[in-house]
Amino acid sequence: MSAVEIHVPRLEHVGRVTQARVARSEWTKLHSLRSTRWSLLAAAVLGIGLPCVFAAVTSSHWARMSLHERADRHPLDIALAGVNVAQLAIAVLGVLVITGEYSTGMIRATFTAVPKRLPVLWGKAGVFAVVTFVLALPTVLVAFFASQAILHGIPQLQISWSHPGVARTVVGGAVYLMLLGVLAMAIGAIVRNTAGGIAAFAALFFVIPPLMNVLPSSWNNAISPWLPDAAGRSIFTLSPGSHSLSPWAGFALFVGYTAFALAVSAVLLVRRDT
Amino acid sequence: MIEATELTKDYGATRAVDGLSFTVRPGIVTGFLGPNGSGKSTTMRLILGLDSPTAGDVKVNGKHYREHRSPLHEVGALLEARSVHTGRSAQNHLLALAHTHGIPRRRVAELIDLVGLHDVARRRAGKFSLGMGQRLGVATALLGDPSTLVLDEPANGLDPEGIHWMRNLLRGLAAEGRTVFVSSHVMSEMALTADHLIVIGRGRLIADASVEEFVRRASRQVVRVRSPQAAKLRELVLADGVSVESVEPGLLELSGLSAEQIGETAAAHGIVLHELTPQHASLEEAFMELTSAEVEFRADRVELPVEEAA
Repeated sequence: MSAVEIHVPRLEHVGRVTQARVARSEWTKLHSLRSTRWSLLAAAVLGIGLPCVFAAVTSSHWARMSLHERADRHPLDIALAGVNVAQLAIAVLGVLVITGEYSTGMIRATFTAVPKRLPVLWGKAGVFAVVTFVLALPTVLVAFFASQAILHGIPQLQISWSHPGVARTVVGGAVYLMLLGVLAMAIGAIVRNTAGGIAAFAALFFVIPPLMNVLPSSWNNAISPWLPDAAGRSIFTLSPGSHSLSPWAGFALFVGYTAFALAVSAVLLVRRDT
Repeated sequence: MIEATELTKDYGATRAVDGLSFTVRPGIVTGFLGPNGSGKSTTMRLILGLDSPTAGDVKVNGKHYREHRSPLHEVGALLEARSVHTGRSAQNHLLALAHTHGIPRRRVAELIDLVGLHDVARRRAGKFSLGMGQRLGVATALLGDPSTLVLDEPANGLDPEGIHWMRNLLRGLAAEGRTVFVSSHVMSEMALTADHLIVIGRGRLIADASVEEFVRRASRQVVRVRSPQAAKLRELVLADGVSVESVEPGLLELSGLSAEQIGETAAAHGIVLHELTPQHASLEEAFMELTSAEVEFRADRVELPVEEAA
């Protein structure tokens, strides 16, 4: 066979790697995966759907509820019920954003293009945080107003947007999801394995908190508010209990946990072999 | 240009790369040969800064890979283990990498056409055959129009037509003045593609030579002699550094003497020769000869070969 010339077209100009370009690359990576679209859709549908269902069920059973049971209902618990479920979708996606690259080998292509590596971490965290917040904010707002509309026949369960703390609590639900996604991503970057990352997240948020109930209540009350789960929740809790941190203190602590996990993952990312 | 100096890498107690020093020059195809598990992939990861060396140093185009501001313009890499997210299409994979350097979308389309993936560019890369995966890997490597190419076993999984295409591509890239560094464990493929060879075994440098020089140095020059007076000839030529093997009655294989020397000896003693043929060892034989001492797992030992540390 004769040698056929294969002409590789030349490229007139190649730019430098910048943080903005890496962020754009991460955005392309994020939206071009089916798992992302499904996870985000699930988060939005559950975040809006569950409060509506709970509102409808509460509305239809109201007449048969005891006074005691009625007193236990709170309109914001209903409006933000979806956040508790959406957090699972967001956390799993956050872990996958980075562990998916390790499991497929994509990380080698990524680090070959961006050998300094840290811009990849900041790009992923930034893009995922923005995407999560842009999706979560309308979700919690729609959930709030839709559940209020469904509960319109029950004056006890009506709460005004302008009522002190309501706006902070509702928007706080979206802020919580955003930070949670970044924290989950940082855990994924530390563990570098999908199953391990999800397990670590589940242990932190779903296993350890209920275990605290086994401790003497003085211990439980002293420790529990400082756990990441409780700290994060305080930002979307209207009136914190006596053993909880104030909303902004809890928020600051949750930001601190997220920043710490991100810092640990950054150090490991640069040091470790791929 | 790739320059490795005393490059060493340990994984736990295992030394994968052991004091490797070599230079890969532009304008030619340099083959990187070694048996499986000899440290080729590790060396390539060290070149790309994916792993950090335990000792020693490797630079590409005069700098550590991490220090380059437009790394994809310096080095294009195809790594042996797949480096593509299985859930993403070939087009989006290339586009995501192109964005990091501000490389235009048009370039992605050009390369997809060049490697012949046009019809499947929107399909998930996880569904690709090994050959299609290698073509996507080549497109990825060429994305930034790099002056140096580092390709780990690029012929893996390609059909004969694909191998021919790859060979032409590599030769063409070298002819344009680029540095082309290609690993393989298949000697015969390298014989056709490479101009220069760097051979390693168990992480150590065995040879750094042109292909011809490699064959010449590695092979014992054997001359086949057929003669009705073989036994007499044998006695005449036997000396220090000469070995004679009787293949069958009347047929000898001599090493340590040239065909000319044997012919003259025979003529001087009136010995009739029916055949006098210098045998050229194939590249494959030369390779086996050179690496036999360095192969980690011999066939006569009952041990399962381990994957090269990933």
